[in-house]
Amino acid sequence: MVKPGTDDVWRWLDAVPDPEIPVISIVDLGIVRDVAWAGDSLEVTLTPTYSGCPATAVIELSVETALRERGLDHVTLKRQIAPPWTTDWLSDKGRARLEEYGIAPPNPAGGPDRCPRCQSADLERISQFGSTPCKAQWRCRDCLEPFDYFKCI
Amino acid sequence: MQAEFPEFLLRMGDNTLVLGHRLSEWCGKGPVLEEDIALANTALDLIGQTQMWLGLAGEVEGKGRSADDLAMLRDAWDFRCCLLVQQPNGDFGQTILRQYLFDQWHLLMLGALADSRDDRIAAIAAKAEKEVTYHTERSAELVVGLGDGTEESRGRMQAALDLLYPFVGELFVGDAVDAALAAEGVAPDPAQLRAPYDTALTATMSAATLTVPDSRFAHRGGRDGSRHSEHLGHLLAQMQWLQRAYPGATW
Repeated sequence: MVKPGTDDVWRWLDAVPDPEIPVISIVDLGIVRDVAWAGDSLEVTLTPTYSGCPATAVIELSVETALRERGLDHVTLKRQIAPPWTTDWLSDKGRARLEEYGIAPPNPAGGPDRCPRCQSADLERISQFGSTPCKAQWRCRDCLEPFDYFKCI
Repeated sequence: MQAEFPEFLLRMGDNTLVLGHRLSEWCGKGPVLEEDIALANTALDLIGQTQMWLGLAGEVEGKGRSADDLAMLRDAWDFRCCLLVQQPNGDFGQTILRQYLFDQWHLLMLGALADSRDDRIAAIAAKAEKEVTYHTERSAELVVGLGDGTEESRGRMQAALDLLYPFVGELFVGDAVDAALAAEGVAPDPAQLRAPYDTALTATMSAATLTVPDSRFAHRGGRDGSRHSEHLGHLLAQMQWLQRAYPGATW
């Protein structure tokens, strides 16, 4: 087969959803660090989000499956932990999609700016942990709805 | 350095493994749902860090043992975790106080290791430090909330501090392993962490209206494996039985 360009591979990977937050892709999440050809083998470098994230293995499998479906038989996955993953790597597209989905995007100030449902800024934290290690639970004091906040690390 | 290097990595990984297991014992039993989830998520971070430390330990040891082999197929006397993390959960206050005492040390240790001359150690430490930063924020906040709380919660927190403080000193007593690694710039001399630890501990306990015991008496024997607590064997029996009974079992 003709070796696809790395731009195409990036585009394909941008269609691979995060297993826990399917509205954003693994590229939006910033965990795909590099895509490069090494001879006939395609090397994809991934940086895990949290050390204990159970989704890491699922993500690796989804990447491999997605690339095999495109006809790439020789794929090598590399796990790179330095520099450590940070929420700064989340794309603007990813941040907007998180908010539309009801998850407040990470904010360097250490908490959400506004309620993802009603936009109110009158908020309180319920717990530093939500349904996954990457999220915290907050509540809006105006619409009274609880919501997830994607923690900033 | 040949023998000291994996030994040090086992100390880091065994601490996070055993504490991670202890926290996971709370799963489904937390006092409120949010705390149950928080304890399980903290456990998950610690187990993830264990995979990195023990994975590297197995690699540098060069005997072909994986992180799983090291976690599941060693007996108590080969473990190198401090006595503090072996202590039973007790009530929620005791669990949270143990967590704070460990987190505060862990945060300082990882901060120092992030500057290690060994790139692999520095990379693991830099990653783990981010997670341990919010572990420490959370446990400190809860210690303050419960200590400076009701008469009942304050009494329980003070009892937990009196019970657990004698296990803190071990974290700062170095030995030949530490000296060898410190000489190479791989890891800090543990004694150097004592002053910043005490400063942070005093501030947190003072905000929590709790009194740190006067005595610096320290139980020892966990991090060098010479005398573990009676609790470690029981913990390992539960953690390892499946892999021991059905060797190689996977799902």
